[in-house]
Amino acid sequence: MKFTEYLKYLLIGTGFGFVLMKSEVVSWFRIQEMFRFDAFHMYGIIGLAVIVGIISVQIIKRNNMKDAQGNPISIPPKDPSQVKRYLIGGSMFGLGWALLGACPGPMFALLGSGLTIMLIPIGAALVGTYTYGVLRDKLPH
Amino acid sequence: MLDLLYQPWPWYIAGPIIGLTVPLLLLMGGKMFGVSANLRHACAACNFGNVEFFNYDWKTAGKWNITFLVGSVLGGFLGGYVFANPEPIALAQSTITDLQALGIQDFNGLVPDDLFSWGSLGSAAGLTVLVLGGFLVGFGARYAGGCTSGHAISGLSDLQLASLIAVIGFFIGGLLMTWFIYPIILG
Repeated sequence: MKFTEYLKYLLIGTGFGFVLMKSEVVSWFRIQEMFRFDAFHMYGIIGLAVIVGIISVQIIKRNNMKDAQGNPISIPPKDPSQVKRYLIGGSMFGLGWALLGACPGPMFALLGSGLTIMLIPIGAALVGTYTYGVLRDKLPH
Repeated sequence: MLDLLYQPWPWYIAGPIIGLTVPLLLLMGGKMFGVSANLRHACAACNFGNVEFFNYDWKTAGKWNITFLVGSVLGGFLGGYVFANPEPIALAQSTITDLQALGIQDFNGLVPDDLFSWGSLGSAAGLTVLVLGGFLVGFGARYAGGCTSGHAISGLSDLQLASLIAVIGFFIGGLLMTWFIYPIILG
């Protein structure tokens, strides 16, 4: 990868982190509010993000658009027959998301905002990821 | 104009911008938006004990994504430190009332000081939130094959049934935690 490419990914990431902050998606309070169905805020954000995502992916697919390097864009499908994996793994993720009030993106954005305590959940998330890797063959998928 | 950088952004502005991350990454290099893959890349970079799941060329697979993540930290610094909103979040009053009843006292920042400070590591509740919460996010994201960005945004954008099942799982876990387990943890 060329330096200018790194710069592009860095800029998109910066924009992403900035929006996460400004929209308060990173807030433990907003996640509490969402799971209590007390406000539309988070549903509006996720809903509109998905609608914009669906429309743009459809445009990319129907026009067989290529990426900046001229390679065809292909999105690998996920196997929906692995219901256990998505339901059990997803529920475990949901338990953590509500408990910590942050998913992976917000964990790192919050760290950038100066909340150094986020190093603890980031470290714990790495241990969690590693533990999954070790136990993977023993878990239902 | 500069006020806009300090103020919180409404959902109808933030949602579409977050959604645009998906086509931007696809058009830039055919990349699928997903933050939690970086946790796997970090494990692959170390891979103590030579675990098979982490035996892959993480540099080729993940350099772009790790760069994206570094950007997110930078964006957090800009949005949450340089241009931090000085006002408390305009939360629903019912949420504030519920949380006060659970013992939360600090409503000033993005997260309550009661749970998110180095001192809170000394309390059972703080330790549970920070350590168990982080662990479940990391374990669950990999088990489910993605997190909020990979499944709820990217996967649903591509109309993948697997991602819809995962998002239903996210809400099963999240509702259980919020309504039944959190009151015990904070009690």
